[in-house]
Formats: sequence, C-alpha cells, structure tokens
Amino acid sequence: MKKKVLSLVLALMMIFAFSVTLTGCGSGSDSGDAAYKVGFICLHDENSTYDKNFIDAANAACENLGVEAVIKTNIPEGQECYDAAAELVDAGCGIIFADSFGHEDFMIQAAKDFPDVQFCHSTGTKAHTEGLENYHNAFASIYEGRYLAGIAAGMKINEMIDAGDITADQAKIGYVGAYTYAEVVSGYTSFFLGARSVCESATMEVTFTGSWYDEALEKEAANKLINDGCVLISQHADSMGAPTACENKGVPNVSYNGSTKDACPNTFIVSSKINWEPYYEYAIKAAMDGTAIDADWTGTLETGSVELTEINEDVAAEGTVEAVEDAKAKLESGELKVFDTSAFTVEGKNLDSYKADVDTDADYTPDTEVIKDGAFLESEFRSAPYFDLQIDGIKLLDTKF
Amino acid sequence: MSKLNREPLLHITKRKELPLAKTWAIRIGAIVAALIVCAIVTTAMTGLDPFSVFGTMIYGAVGTERKTWILLKELAVLLSVALALTPAFKMKFWNLGGEGQILVGAWATALCMIYMGDVIPSGLLILVCLAAAILCGAVWAMIPAFFKAKWNTNETLFTLMMNYVAIQLVAYFVIIWEVPKGSGQVGIINQSTNAGWLPYIGTNSYILVILFVAVITAGMFVYLKYSKHGYEISVVGESQRTARYVGIKVDKVIIRTLFLSGAICGFTGWMIVSGIDHTITTTLAGGRGFLGIMVSWLAQFNVIAMIFASLLIVFLEQGAGEISTSFGLNQSFADILTGIILFFIIGCEFFINYKVHMRKKSGKEEE
Repeated sequence: MKKKVLSLVLALMMIFAFSVTLTGCGSGSDSGDAAYKVGFICLHDENSTYDKNFIDAANAACENLGVEAVIKTNIPEGQECYDAAAELVDAGCGIIFADSFGHEDFMIQAAKDFPDVQFCHSTGTKAHTEGLENYHNAFASIYEGRYLAGIAAGMKINEMIDAGDITADQAKIGYVGAYTYAEVVSGYTSFFLGARSVCESATMEVTFTGSWYDEALEKEAANKLINDGCVLISQHADSMGAPTACENKGVPNVSYNGSTKDACPNTFIVSSKINWEPYYEYAIKAAMDGTAIDADWTGTLETGSVELTEINEDVAAEGTVEAVEDAKAKLESGELKVFDTSAFTVEGKNLDSYKADVDTDADYTPDTEVIKDGAFLESEFRSAPYFDLQIDGIKLLDTKF
Repeated sequence: MSKLNREPLLHITKRKELPLAKTWAIRIGAIVAALIVCAIVTTAMTGLDPFSVFGTMIYGAVGTERKTWILLKELAVLLSVALALTPAFKMKFWNLGGEGQILVGAWATALCMIYMGDVIPSGLLILVCLAAAILCGAVWAMIPAFFKAKWNTNETLFTLMMNYVAIQLVAYFVIIWEVPKGSGQVGIINQSTNAGWLPYIGTNSYILVILFVAVITAGMFVYLKYSKHGYEISVVGESQRTARYVGIKVDKVIIRTLFLSGAICGFTGWMIVSGIDHTITTTLAGGRGFLGIMVSWLAQFNVIAMIFASLLIVFLEQGAGEISTSFGLNQSFADILTGIILFFIIGCEFFINYKVHMRKKSGKEEE
C-alpha cells in the first residue's frame, strides 16, 4: 500500500515536472521577437516614488518608439547589478539603463565587458572621466525645477504672513534631505533661493536621514522640523514619509518626484520632478541608429526633462501659477540664473571663484573652476550636480555624509 | 461548570523513526501540495496561467548558461554560510551572528584592498585579505563563545547583538571610504587595477568561488562525520554533562568550534568582497547569515542535504526575480509563492516527527 502511494506520488511529480519543463521551454523561446529590446535596471519597484518615476518614463518612451522594455526591479547596488546587466545583454537588449547612483561602477564594469551594447546611468558622475564609448551619464537641471517650486513655497509663506498667521521673522522652511551630498545640497539651495526671491525674510533648516528611502525616518524628520517651528516643509528623499507627516499636521508641503496630491489634498502645493522620457527617447533612438550618445546629457526645462506637476490651487497662494510661469520663461531665456552669485553669500561674502570636485576621485580633490560671469555653473561640466556650498540663511541641524 | 474529562478533538504523539521512503514521500507530497496551492493563488490573484508562471520561474533560475552560473554562485555563498553555522548548531550553540561574522570578514577584506592595493602585489594582497577576513570572522564569533564558556552568558542574544555592532562598524567605514563625498557609496574597490581581486578562470569570475565552497563542503562533511572534533561536537550537543563525564573539555570545544564557525563566515565575507562584489556596504551579507540558519535546520545539519536545501532556496529566489520581470508583477508576489513553498516544506517536518490523532466519534479512548 505504502509503495503504491509512493509510486503514485512520484508519477504525479514526474508528470508535473515534465509539463513545467515544457512550458519553461515555451516561455524561453519567444525571444525571437523582432522588436528592439531596451533593458532597465531599478533599485526598488514602483512602491518607491523615485523608481516609479523611472519606470513610468521607461514604459512611455518604449511605447512611443515601438520598442520592447525589459524592466528588472529590486536590483541592489552590488554584483547583482552587473549580473542583471549581463542577463539583459543575453536577452538581446541593445541599450541598458540603470537608475540608482550605486549602480554606476557595476554598469561601467558591464560596459567594459560588453562593448557592443550601450550602457546609460542616471545620476552618475564618472562617464566623462572613464572615457568609454558605450558608457554614458545623464541628469537634469532639476535645480531649475526646485527654484520654481521654491517660488510657490515663498508665495505661500507670504500669504501666511499677510494673513497674520506668522510674523515675517517666523518664515522658516524645513527640509528633509537624504545625505549631505551635492545632489541634495544643490536641490535644497535652489529651492531656498527660489523661496527667498519672493519672501526676503525666509530662512531654512535642513535635517538629513542618512538614507534615500526610509519612510519612518523621513516622517520623524518632518515632525521634528514642524515642532521646531518650520511653517512649510519640502524634502529630497523617496518615500511618502514627509508628505504624510505634513498632511497629518496641516503644514504645507512642496513635494518631489511626482504629485502627492491624492494622499495629501490639504497640504500639497506642487512638486518638481525629473521626466526621464526625453532622455530615454534620445538615447534609445541613438542606439538604434548607431549614432553616438553624449557622455553627459543634462535635460532642461526646454527638453521637457524638468517639470512641475500641476499646482494645487486649494493650497497654493493666489497668483502662484502666473509667478511660476513668469520665472520659468526668464530661466529659459537665460535672463534669470538660479545660482546667480549676487543672490547668495557664503560666510557673509559673495563668491567670485570656486573650485568644485567635478572629476570623482577618492580624495575629493576640487578640480574645476565653476563660477563664471557671475553665476555658479551647475551641471555644466558634468550632468550630475556638484553644488556643495553651504550658503547663509540655511542652517544644517545635522550632517550625514 | 462541568469538568468533563474529554479527549481533545486533535492530539499529537511523537512518531517513532519513519522509514526513509516514507519520510521522502511526505516531503515530496508537501512540495506537490505547495505547488498546487501556489497555482490556485496565482490564478485567483493574477489570472495568469500557473504553469507559465512556474515555467518562468525555472527559466529564471537555470534558463541560460549565465543564469545557471549565477544560481551556482548564489548557491555557493549561501551553502558556505550554512556550513559555517552548522558545527555551532550541532553543539546546540545558537550562533545567530553569521550576518555580522560575514560582514567583519568583508570589512577586513575591503580594508586591506583599499589601504594595501598600491603597496603589495595582488597575489600577496589576496592572501593578506584572506588571513585578515578569517581572523576577524573568528574573533567576532569567539567573543560570545568565550563569554558563554566562562560565564554561561546567553549566546543567542550575544551573537545577535554582535551583528549590529558589525553593521555600525561597516557604516562608519563606508563614510570614510565613500566616493564621491556624501554619496554613501564606496563603489567598486580597485576597479582600474583589480588589486586584491580573485582571478577569473577564463572569463568566468564565479568558478573559483564555487570550487572553494565545494572544498569546504567536503571538508565539513569529513570533519563532522569522521573526526574526533566532530564527535566531540555531537557529544557536547547531546549533553554537556555526559561530555564532561567522558572527559571532554566543554569550554575548549565551544571556543574551538566557534572559531571554526566564525572563520568560515569570515571566509565567506572574503569571497564576497574579493571574488564577487568588490565593494562594501552594510547590506552586503544580504540576510544570508539568517538564511543560512534555515538551510542548516532544513537539512537537519546533514552536510549533503544542505546542498539541496540551499539549492531550493536559491532556486526560488532567482526564479522569483524573473517572475516580476516577465509578468510585470511586483516582487512581493514572487515572495508570496516562495513563502507558500517554504511553509509547506518546513511544515511537513512536523508530520514526519509527529502523528496527529483525531478523536473518535464516541469520545472513547482510541488506544
């Protein structure tokens, strides 16, 4: 009897294994599809606002161009990234994108091993010094978007002052940052300069979480800033932590990576974000045609890479839309510069010269003069931001390097 | 209140040793049942054909030559950790510190690669890294072992806490070594010189790691089964009093075994940094220190069975990733399937060890 049961189970098992193997072969052999394949490597999945922004752009760009997107999510910043890239090469992808800073070295390794495939890395810093023909960095002049979002924030604060809710010297903004890293510093500084351009008495406090994605920490940081007397919060971190904290406490919030209006209808003002679709379309087209892709590509307001979401008029001050449009036109024409050196001081002085660490090296050597014609030239010498000055008016509560 | 002395609806008794064929029949039955439940869940929740989902899972694990090598690499690393933890578990010393021991081994390797990369030749550097990693891993495990042997402290908590110390140690050094400043990333160490990197065999960087673990597996098999040390470990595990009675120095065995356990964890850390990832992060061990515990227990400390237990877990993990790519499903769905399969496999051990009796309808004694 026992033997019968055993043999029955074994037989079932074999039938099952056989059918699984058959279907396995089936799903493996459909790669003879004629569509051009594009690979994407993402650190998290669509639950992270940061990765969702990339995934949406990837799908949109591939749909527009009629190519097939192969998206790998939850790829850590280690050898797994190299493995994922190599597998995408095996699957026949002609160009592969990665979205997280820590993927860079592994993408470079893959670019060296697969010279016939194009590798593009967003937010990275090394393409202009590596000199590989098939390895490229991209970013966007998001500081312009932050500046415009800052104007919306400044106008909201002005409204609070006019209404008598706060006095002019209580105009303190709170900012939740991930790391004390140039990309974050550039972001909060441009945001602050935007706010101060309309509200002269504005000051800012910044706190860092030491993580790009930690919902609990971000929420806690936002609460800390609110308790500290900050009347408006913005953030550069990837979870819903800070916007949620603001909604709970009724404090206006300027968001990042995309609209958080659905979750925070009473406090969301506006969000700046990078739209990666123009870059994806540019790079995929170039890879398909066999033309060269820029080692460093910086998207701008004109290319449609830097965007503001729709302004939430229930929360924003009156006239915000017009003021933002006005400043946007001036930024596009070049009449207005975000990092105009006359608009900020460092230790009480206006700068006329500054060397930044543009070429990445282990000693952080400042190597490139970045102030020219009265402005700090952000994203000019490489696509990723390198503005790391601590300007007057912004107080760092802590640092996380 | 009536105090009826009724027999409960279900009661369990410990089984006598079952014949091998029957235990395997139960296990295979559990896997089949797990797959059926997975199929039902898949269809109910996603509307996809479960067979194509299973097929994709298999394709994701072994579908191409590269996928197979990646599977073998992951298998090797996980098996190495499980092997490291096993002698301690066999001795009933609950070493939950594998994660930290791997991490300090990795940290020591990265330290040597960064500071000695330009100073000494790569071949020598590899050996220096190896020695440093083994030493650090061993010391990390021996600290709780020493306290356990001398003062009978609780090793479960102690080894667990040592993990957090290791994570903070690495976090501190990541800030010192990060490039560029503020990024929180060390990046690939010695990418241009490859100093301290394990050599490739042909173009394959994983073969060497797999071979190392094969050697450790064979060594551990012999050590546990045929050596005097292995016997002493079993005796201490069965009963410390018996061990003392027959003249085994229990303190010495505990410290010696944890030295070995930590050393192999440190070795694993070395393999990860020098042979695979070439970088250091706080999450480098990736939970393998804990996954290794599961492998070791699933295999009931049997070295050969551990190969299959590791294979099962790595297979499920690699396959799960492919499901989310191919079907556009969230990774969490693949985790649900993995969870169901592991639940059945671990659960079936209960039915191998115990027998469940139903109450007879009349409520009379059944035996």
